[in-house]
Amino acid sequence: MDIKDMEEQSSYIRKNIAPSEPMLRTSRQSTYHWLYTHLFASPINALITLLLATLIIYIAKHLGKWVVLDAIWEGKDRTVCATKIQGGIQNNDWSGACWAFVKANYTQIIYGFYPPEHRWRVNLTGIIAITVNITFLMPSIPYKFINGFISLIIIPIFSWYLLHGGYLSLPLIDTQLWGGLMVTLTIAYISISISFIIGTLLALGRRSQISILRLLCILFIETLRGIPLVSILFIASIMFPLFIPHEITFDKLLRALIGIAIFTSVYIAEAIRGGLQAIPKSQYEAATSLGLKYTTIMCLIILPQAYRLVIPAIINILIGMLKETSLIYIVSMFDLLGMIRITSIQANWITPQTPATAFVTVAFVYWVLCFMMSRYAYFIEKRINLFKQPMIRSKNR
Amino acid sequence: MKGIKENSRIHAINIINVNKWLGKMHILRNMDFSVKFQERVALIGPSGSGKSTLLRCINALETFQKGKIIIEGTELNNTPKTIHLIRRRIGMVFQKFNLFPHLTVLENCTLAPIWVKKMNKKKAEEEAFFYLEKVKISDQATKYPIQLSGGQQQRVAIARSLCMKPRMMLFDEPTSALDPEMIQEILDLIMDLTKNGMTIICVTHKMSFARQLAHRIAFMDEGQILEENASDRFFSNPQHERTQIFLRKML
Repeated sequence: MDIKDMEEQSSYIRKNIAPSEPMLRTSRQSTYHWLYTHLFASPINALITLLLATLIIYIAKHLGKWVVLDAIWEGKDRTVCATKIQGGIQNNDWSGACWAFVKANYTQIIYGFYPPEHRWRVNLTGIIAITVNITFLMPSIPYKFINGFISLIIIPIFSWYLLHGGYLSLPLIDTQLWGGLMVTLTIAYISISISFIIGTLLALGRRSQISILRLLCILFIETLRGIPLVSILFIASIMFPLFIPHEITFDKLLRALIGIAIFTSVYIAEAIRGGLQAIPKSQYEAATSLGLKYTTIMCLIILPQAYRLVIPAIINILIGMLKETSLIYIVSMFDLLGMIRITSIQANWITPQTPATAFVTVAFVYWVLCFMMSRYAYFIEKRINLFKQPMIRSKNR
Repeated sequence: MKGIKENSRIHAINIINVNKWLGKMHILRNMDFSVKFQERVALIGPSGSGKSTLLRCINALETFQKGKIIIEGTELNNTPKTIHLIRRRIGMVFQKFNLFPHLTVLENCTLAPIWVKKMNKKKAEEEAFFYLEKVKISDQATKYPIQLSGGQQQRVAIARSLCMKPRMMLFDEPTSALDPEMIQEILDLIMDLTKNGMTIICVTHKMSFARQLAHRIAFMDEGQILEENASDRFFSNPQHERTQIFLRKML
C-alpha cells in the first residue's frame, strides 16, 4: 500500500485543531447508590455501619434525654435540681442537666468577682479586641503590618490597663477579683501575642549566624521544653517573688500569664523554625543580590512565607495552650473552669447534677473556642494550597 | 596599587589570584580574570567546573579564601558596607528565577527600589512599569509568579534586577530551566536590553546563545580558565585540548 493512501486512511491524524468543548457533566447519582457504595458495600461494611449506627443512637438518646428532655431550665435555687430525698422537688429517679444553675450564675462564670458596675470595661475590651482581630485575620484586608502591630502589641497592653485600671478615673481592680471566661480569654490572648513575638525572635535566633546568640536560644528552648507547665507556674508564682526585692510587687496573674506565654513561645519557635527551614536558600540569595538587608529580607520575604506555612501548626499549639490556661487554678486564680467549679459547689446550688452540668458547659465553651480556631487554621490551609497550585492561565496571555 | 587603579579605569571586574575551597575540594584555583567596561563575557564549561561559584563570588553570595576581587576599583572584602555597595552595582539573574512567590510581579520589582533606594512607592511603580514594559510583561503586573510560565517568570526576574539600575549584570544559566521555545525569546531580550552597553557575565550551556551574546568567551574546567578568546575565534579555532573535546560534545 502506498504511504499516501495510508495517510488518507488514518483518520486519527488531525487536519485541524479540534475546538475545546465544555466539560461533560455526569448525572447526579441517586441516594440509593450513594448509600450502597458508602455504607453497605460488603457484608462486613454493612455490619460495621449497623453497629456504629446503634452506638450513635444509644449515646444520642441518653445524652439528649439528659441535656434536653429531662433538663431543668428555670429555677431560683438548688431545690429545682434536687430529688425529694436530696431536699428538692424532683422524683427520686430523676436525672438531668441543671441549666437553671448556669442561667442564674452566668455573670459570675463570665466575669468572676469583677465589680458589676465596672463590667463595661471587660465588654469594651472584648468588643475592641474582636473587631481588630477580625480585620487582622481576614486575608483579603491589606495593611497586615499595622494591623498585626495593633493586634499583637497595642491591644494586649491597652486591655491590661483598661481591665486592671488604677489611673485616671478608672479605679484599680485587683486581679484577685478577676475570674471566669474573661480571665481565660485575657490570658489566652495576651499569651498568644507575647508568645508569637518571642517565638519568632527565638526561631530567628536559633538560626542566627552569631553563635553565642544561637547557643543561648537553643539553651532557652531546650530547657523550657523539658519543664512541665505546672512547674513553670509554680516557679512564677512562688519562687519568682523570692528573687525580686519586696518593694516591687509583680501581679500574680501577670506572672502566671508570662509563664504560660514563655512556655508556649518555645513551641511556637520550633514551629516557625520549621517554616524558616522550608524556605529555599535561593530566596535569601535573590533578596541579598538585590541589595536588601537582613532585617528587610526577614520581615518582607522570609517570615511572610514562613508564617503562611506554619499557621496551621501554630494554631494547633495555640489550641493546646488555650486549654492549658485552666492550669492556673494551681496558683489559686479562677479561670473559666475554676470559676464554674467553685460556683457549682456553693451552698444554694449544690446538687449531684450541678457539677456535671457545670463541666458540660465548660467543655462546650472550650470546644466552641477551639473549633473556631481549628476552622480558621483549616481555612488558611486551604487558601495556601490554592495559592500553591498553578492556576488555570487566562486565555489572553 | 597604581596598577590596579589604572586597571579599574578600563576593567569593570578584576579577579586576581582567587582561590576557593569547599571542605577539601579546591573549587577555584588561582583564578585570574578580568572584564572590561561594557564587555559581554560568556563563561562556558562542564558542570562542576566552578562557573557559577565564580559568578556568586563576584556578588559576594559566596566567600573565597584567598585572592582579590576588585569591582570598579572597589575591593570586595567582607565588610557589610562594601558588600552592600557592590551588590547595588551588580544585578543577578538566576537559573530558577527565584521570584518572591508571595508578592505580585509589580511588588517583586518595586521591593528593592523602595527598601534599598528609599524610593517612594509611586515612583518605584512607575519605574517598574517602564522595565516591565521593556520585557513585554507589563500586562501581568498584578499576577503572582506562580500564575506565569517559566519564560515570563524569567522576564520578570530580569526586570526586577533592572529596576535597581545595575551597572553590570550576572546571568547564572538564565535559560537552563526554560522550554526550548522560550530560550530564543530570553536571549533576544537580553541582547536588546544590553545594547546600550552594560557589562555582562553570563554562565551558559547554550553555545549558540554564548556565541550571539558575548564579545569574549572563557572556557572553565576544574576551577580554572583554560582558554579565552573572542567569540568567533573561540568557536572556529579552539586551542586547548579540553576545549576541543568539550565543544565537539556540545555542538
